[in-house]
Parts: sequence; C-alpha cells; structure tokens
Amino acid sequence: MADIQIRAVRKSYGKTPTLHGIDLSFASGEFVVILGPSGCGKSTLLRMIAGLEDITAGDIAIDGRVVNKMEPRERGCAMVFQNYALYPHMTVAGNIGYALKVSGVPKAERERRIAETAKIVGLQDYLERRPAALSGGQRQRVAMARAIIREPKVFLFDEPLSNLDAKLRVTMRAEIRKLHQRLSATSVFVTHDQVEAMTLADRLVVMNRGHVEQVGRPLDIYHRPASTFVASFIGAPAMNLFKTRTEVETATVRLDGAAIPIDPLVAHALQGRDVIVGIRPEQCRLTREGHGIPARIDFVEELGVGRVIHCEIAGEAFAAAVAEDAEVAAGDTVWLSLPPEQLHYFDAESGRRIEFPLPGTDIPAARSSASITHPTGVLS
Amino acid sequence: MIQRTPYADAFTYAIMMLGFFLLLGPFLVVIAGASQTMQQVNTVPFSFLPQGEFMKNASAAWARADLRTAMTNSLIMAALVTAGKVALSACTAFAIVFFRTPLKHVFFWSVFITLMLPLEVRVVPTYAVAADLFQPVKSVLSLFGLDIKIEWNLLNSYAGLTLPLIATATGTFLYRQFFMTLPDELAEAARMDGSGSVRFFFDMLLPLSRTNMLALTTIMFVYGWNQYLWPLLMVTDPSYKTVMMSLRALLPSDNGIPDWNVTLAGSLIIMAPPVIVVAVLQRWFVRGLVSSEK
Ligand SMILES: Nc1ncnc2c1ncn2[C@@H]1O[C@H](COP(=O)(O)OP(=O)(O)OP(=O)(O)O)[C@@H](O)[C@H]1O
Ligand SMILES: [Mg+2]
Repeated sequence: MADIQIRAVRKSYGKTPTLHGIDLSFASGEFVVILGPSGCGKSTLLRMIAGLEDITAGDIAIDGRVVNKMEPRERGCAMVFQNYALYPHMTVAGNIGYALKVSGVPKAERERRIAETAKIVGLQDYLERRPAALSGGQRQRVAMARAIIREPKVFLFDEPLSNLDAKLRVTMRAEIRKLHQRLSATSVFVTHDQVEAMTLADRLVVMNRGHVEQVGRPLDIYHRPASTFVASFIGAPAMNLFKTRTEVETATVRLDGAAIPIDPLVAHALQGRDVIVGIRPEQCRLTREGHGIPARIDFVEELGVGRVIHCEIAGEAFAAAVAEDAEVAAGDTVWLSLPPEQLHYFDAESGRRIEFPLPGTDIPAARSSASITHPTGVLS
Repeated sequence: MIQRTPYADAFTYAIMMLGFFLLLGPFLVVIAGASQTMQQVNTVPFSFLPQGEFMKNASAAWARADLRTAMTNSLIMAALVTAGKVALSACTAFAIVFFRTPLKHVFFWSVFITLMLPLEVRVVPTYAVAADLFQPVKSVLSLFGLDIKIEWNLLNSYAGLTLPLIATATGTFLYRQFFMTLPDELAEAARMDGSGSVRFFFDMLLPLSRTNMLALTTIMFVYGWNQYLWPLLMVTDPSYKTVMMSLRALLPSDNGIPDWNVTLAGSLIIMAPPVIVVAVLQRWFVRGLVSSEK
C-alpha cells in the first residue's frame, strides 16, 4: 500500500507538449480510474508513474519518496498492459514467475507462489501452456497474475480490458474489483470506457488534451460535471448542451423559440449572461401538447429498459430517454419539458461549470427521478 | 494476380525444369565420375552411371590432398565464423534496436556501410592490418614523427582466418528486422518485472530469435566453409590449409595421369559438410527467413 503524489508533472515528446502540468494525489489503497478520450495522455501519465517514460518536469512520489529517477523495478509498481505483453516463449508458469526468478527467489518457493497466484486468477490448470494456446480472457488473467505475484505497492492498468469481448469485460471488471478488495493495493486504471470507469472507480480522474478536467467520485462527476467536456463525455447518451442567453425578468432561457423556465435565483445570479445549458437525456420529460418544447422525432433507439428518442432542436441533436411504454415513433412530434432543477449551467466561453451556492441547484438529479437514473445513463 | 493458362503453365514449368537440370547436371557428373575408375572417367562419351569405385577414389583423394588437416581446419574455421557471427550480430542488433544513445545513427550507419564493403573489396587493407595489427596506430603516430616497434600479426592463425569474416553486417540486419517486430511492451513488461537489459537479452531475445539464429547458422557455415580468397592470403603454413585450398592440390598435375575420378571424389568429400548442415537446418532456415514466430 502506498500513496501517490503527482506534482506539476509535465511531459513533452521533443518539442510537443503532451501533458501540461498534472497535479493529482491518490490515497493509499484507493482505486483510481483515469478516463479520457484517445490521445489525451492517459497512458503517458501511467507510464510515467511506472517509470517507463521520463518525467519532463515536476515530481512523482510513491509512498513519500520521489521516484523520478528510479528504475521501474525500484518503484514497487506492477503493470498490466493492454495487449498483455506476455512472454511468448514461456509457459504460463514461466510468465507468472518471471519476476520472482529475476529477483532470485528459490525454485521451491517460486513454484509455491506461482501455484497460489494462479489459483487466485483461476489458471491452476493452464500452468504448462504457452500464451499462444490461451484465449483472450485467459491471457488477461496471466497478465494479472504476473502483476499480482510481485505483491506490488501499486497496480497500474493500461486499458487491460479493451481487447476482450463485451461479456468477458463485465466479468473481468468484477474480478478486478474483487481482487482490489482482497489485495487493497493502490490501483490506477486507465480506460476510455466510461462504464468501466464508473463501475470500478473509487475516484475518477477525467482528462482531456493533457489536462485534468475533473477529479471526484464517479457519481459526483456524473451529477456535477465541471465542464462541458466532462458533461458530454460522461453519460450515454451524452448530455444535451445548448448555448443560450438567460432572461432575468421572465427567468427563462430560450431554446428554439420556446421559453424554458429556470430557477429565478439562478436567472438573477446569471444576470442575462450567455451560458451553455445542459440537461441529461434521462431528465427530460414528455409532457402534454402545447407545453414545453416541441420536437419532431428523427429516430427511436430501443434499449429494453427504455427508449431514447433522438430529435433536432435549434439545429442541435437532442436526446431524451423515455419509458419503454411511451408511445413514440419516428416522425411524431412530442413535447418535452426540462425540469429547472435538472439543468446544468456552463460558462459560454470557458465551458466551466457555473456553481450556485443556492438551494435547489446542488446535486439536483439525486432527488427526483421519474425516469431512468442509472449513473452511467441508459446505454451501459 | 497473374492469369493462369495451360500454355503459360507449361512454359514456366519448362523453364523451371531447364534450370533444374542445368543446376543438377554438374552434380551428376561429380557423383558419377567420383565412383568410376580412371579409364571409365576418361572414356568419351561420359557415362552418367555411377559405379562402385567411390571408396577407393575417396581414400586416394584423402591422402593426396591431406584432407584430414584441411577438413579439420575448415571445420574449425567455419564453426568459429558461424559462432562469432551469430553472437556478434545478435549483440549488435540488440544495441541498435533497444538502446537510445545520442550516437545511435552513427553506429547504425557504420554497421550498415560494411554491407557495401565485403571482404573482397577491402582485401588489401584488411590484409595489411592482419599482417601487422598495429599498422593503423603506427601510421597515425608516424604523422607526429613517432615510431613504435611492436609486431603482432594474425597470419597463419585461426584468429586471422576468421575475425575479418566475422566483422560484417549481414547477420546484424537479420536480427534487427526481427527485433523490430517485437512489441515495445515486451521489453517494458520485462523491465517492470525487474529484468535488466542483459537479462532481457538472454531471457527474451535469444530464445525468441531461435529460428533466426539457426537460419544465420546455416548461411554462415556455408559462407565460412566456402572462403577461398582470404585463406589463400592469410595462410602460408600448410598446417593451416583449408579445404578450398586443397581443391587445387586435388587436380591432376599437367603431365601426370588424368585421374579425374580422384579429383571428383575429393570434391564430393569437401562438399559434404555444408550439404549436411543445410539438410539438417533447412526447415528452420526457411522459417527464420520468411516468418517471425511470435
Ligand atoms: N513516443 C511518443 N512520441 C511522440 N508522441 C507521443 C509518443 N507517445 C505518445 N505520444 C503522443 O502523446 C499523446 C498522448 O498519448 P497517450 O498514449 O498517452 O494517449 P492515450 O490517452 O493513452 O490514448 P489511447 O486511449 O489512444 O491509448 C498523443 O497525442 C500521442 O500522439
Ligand atoms: Mg493509451
């Protein structure tokens, strides 16, 4: 168990800056997930923690010791790679036990620990096989066992599940979580899959283009995204966002000609500013004709637990989740109401969230939920 | 895709068969001739039928050209060239592919350039150095008016026979191509597991490049065995003679008896070791060149 401090860490490849000053701190035993789109620098950050990549500027400390200049083996980290990186010419046992062999653990003890570790991941019957003769899930387990056997202080995972099929991914996710409970080593897990992130994380770090956008518990991030980027990245279907101007007198925002009522206190605080208003598809309601916003349905997505209607409002794609028995079909016009307490406000320029220290605007979604409020949205 | 027609097929097969017989013809002559008596081998027309005289001819050849010494020397030389080459190439390729040094490109190109300068091209300067190892140092020093008196040469030694042949780049590139197909994560995983670079080389790269190594062994053994020009220059002492030099001694003397059967039997003996090596290793030879087993 070890805590990890990342202080003002930068990374440039040659002249190209990739990470622009990352400050993070992971507590001992925490399961942290780093989430972000492809190319945002997640792997780079992870590899810097592992010691596989030089740190251009800043410090990384593990367990209070700055590790910038340390070799990977001295840092006490174990890593699971996306493509597993198993040693193709060694048996499963050889793969799992390689780290022990390198560190000179006597053969008898090594074999005992290999057997033990293999049992944890359910590979005891495959010890003599070569990686080529294993399925994707089994290879994944070998990669995990190889990390576990070293009893590391820190586990690093770089998209370990992305080569698995959907079903296996769910199983392995649960297993990783269980494993974490059992070993309780600090774990840093990189992914671009938000469902994975939401389900695994104690704490979630959302990254974008070499910056940290938001750090927090998954539900907090879901309910209070710190920026339009986070708002549209977390949740599926993505949060609806539209740019508009608030009107103080009527306490409304305009959306495609229709006036949407908002909290008068919010309207007052915003003072007629240009804002980006967001609402999650799950929070939109169908309402009676003549009320709310009219929308012509382009198509309906059937999800089993409900349906998502896709339409276009003010030239922007707009999605709304409705109950499975809602009678909607492509071509229909429906009327949508957007509950004021479910609206999110972002600065029109910076895209940062505008927080209101006002009752009724804190974590609104937790309260009412007539429709589906699964944390990751209905597409999980 | 080339369209296939019966005529084109027949044509290509005809060319292939022609090439095959052109290649095979000399072998048939050697095999048949080596097993005939002197009279038979000199009759016109030449009979391609093997006879039963091979053992007799072979022992005559063995004695005439002192093949025992020559075969031993050639085996030692080919084995040293092969071993040295396989080891050196693996190390060089390892350094070129897996280490990032500021002078990486200098090293790479200095190795690469040796491909364009095979031994035959640089035989005179190489001989000069082999004949006097400190020659380069001396000529640099003489620029400053200095003169040293150390003599050390490689003439008439196994080192002299093999070292210049080992210091070329062919094998290095075979290994380099293979090492570059290995995913970076393999080296990274090994690093995470605590293995240093030397350990990585022995635990990962060597076992993984086994087929490459066998392919290179095949090529280098034949290459070492077939050397003629270099041993001819390096060796004056008969006890360091190699088989390629003995081939000459097997020829009938100008006015002597035309016992070509003995000559042919001798050349058959000399051909045998590389043929055996290729026959044993050809399976890996092909695999090592065309595919990378991962
Ligand atoms: N060795 C390198 N040299 C130059 N640029 C690099 C190198 N490695 C990564 N980059 C760049 O750094 C950026 C971040 O890369 P990184 O691999 O960390 O992305 P990522 O967030 O892990 O993406 P993905 O989800 O696709 O794996 C990318 O724009 C990439 O092009
Ligand atoms: Mg990555």
